[in-house]
Amino acid sequence: MHLYGYRLPGMSSLLVWALLWEIVGRADLTFFVPPLSEVMATLFEIIGTAAFQKALAETAYAFFAGVFFAVVIGIVVGILMGKNRLLDELLLPWVNVFLSAPLTALVPVLMVLFGFGMKSIIITTSLFAVWIIILNSRAGVKQINRSLVEMAHSFGASPMEAFFKIYFWAALPEILGGVRIGIIRAVKGVIIGQLLISIVGFGALFELYSANFLMGHFWAVLLVLFALAFTISEFLAYLERRVSYYAAKR
Amino acid sequence: MAMSQIKEVPAAPVATEIESAVSVKNISKNYGAVEALRDMSLEFPRGQLTSLLGPSGCGKTTLLKIIAGLLEPTSGEVIVNGKTVTGPGPNRAFVFQDFALLPWATVMKNVAFGLEMRGVGTSEREDIAAKYIKEVGLSGFEQSYPHELSGGMRQRVGLARALSVDADVLLMDEPFSAVDEQTRRKFQEDLLNLVQNENKTFIFVTHSIEEAVYVSDQIAILLPRPSRVSEIIRPSSFRNKGVENIRRDSEYLDIVDDIWSSLRTYVE
Repeated sequence: MHLYGYRLPGMSSLLVWALLWEIVGRADLTFFVPPLSEVMATLFEIIGTAAFQKALAETAYAFFAGVFFAVVIGIVVGILMGKNRLLDELLLPWVNVFLSAPLTALVPVLMVLFGFGMKSIIITTSLFAVWIIILNSRAGVKQINRSLVEMAHSFGASPMEAFFKIYFWAALPEILGGVRIGIIRAVKGVIIGQLLISIVGFGALFELYSANFLMGHFWAVLLVLFALAFTISEFLAYLERRVSYYAAKR
Repeated sequence: MAMSQIKEVPAAPVATEIESAVSVKNISKNYGAVEALRDMSLEFPRGQLTSLLGPSGCGKTTLLKIIAGLLEPTSGEVIVNGKTVTGPGPNRAFVFQDFALLPWATVMKNVAFGLEMRGVGTSEREDIAAKYIKEVGLSGFEQSYPHELSGGMRQRVGLARALSVDADVLLMDEPFSAVDEQTRRKFQEDLLNLVQNENKTFIFVTHSIEEAVYVSDQIAILLPRPSRVSEIIRPSSFRNKGVENIRRDSEYLDIVDDIWSSLRTYVE
């Protein structure tokens, strides 16, 4: 963006909001919003503590495990649904139901089924992410150019080769878009899982800080979480741009 | 494609002496109640180019895809080199109307794709692909992507891919219909050289009468509803007169006129 002829670096708008936050905090309008500078100071204070690092490790583990399963299952199921009419008819209603369902309400059921441990948290994370990945992968395959499939077939490609060398690549722009949104949803999933299933990780920190009105700490953890999610999402957006050269020309 | 002009070539032997590379025997194809092809039989002489020409809806692309093994006939059989076709096979290669290039892969990877599917190792298939990229005149574009090429260049990639697997039979589905007129003329000349130099059987689907007469050793006129072979024309005199003389040859002009007069009633 340009302002008075000067080119503003990316994310300049964040500075405006940071400033506003600081002003609201300093004005002492509500205990809920301490000044940003204070939050940042708290952040650096707690970031080295064992409790924070343990929480980070627990959250990261659940998050990456959940995302891993969501991505693998989501892409494979999505592509198969796009390829196979029967499978599509069978599964699509369920995918749509779960995409819009309040998954938080399902968490108690998961606890009954899978216990109160890490397993349930990982499954919750996957459940938040997987549906949009399925839908996007399916959409990516649906728009594939039929003659690419015929071409692969005519040169003797096996179904597996067609899957990995044609369908996957042809659907990649959509798949990456789905994974990006899925990962953002997985961040929600992992925190909700940690809050509801067993009080561990960042969920435990949120619980602890808000119960004790430690708003500086609360915001600090939220900022870390936001920064992590933002970084991963930007990385995927970068990958999406890398493949966009053929997204319009398939 | 070799760019040299055809000169002084001994006259081709007559049709009846040449064995068939591809035989289509009593092929019918129904889509539900719709009859796309009915009891069609056709012989494709080895080493020659046969065009399938007809108005739209006459089933010429359907027939080509049945020969390719991409579609299954409802009844009848296709025999290639003495064997009944049950699916795609290494003795046939397909050139697509819309090129069917992988947009995420370079020219090199696209041309090598057919060889990759046949299990040829990376370095060997890239050597072979490089040779055919050069032959179709795309040297220097090995690392380009399809969207960086013109329509004509893209079809050269499709052609190189089909040639690189060294199949006996080349199946071409309106290969030049998506390129501009001047490129198309160049392609037609190059195709004649290809038929001359490569010992392959070409089956060429087109809706252009001039194109069919220009490039073919044998033209099968297909008529619709129900789809059938109405006539087989074998131009005899102008094939070896050189590419620049064909279009003013009197036999060429007569055949073009004859075909048009038999087809005109089928064109809305």
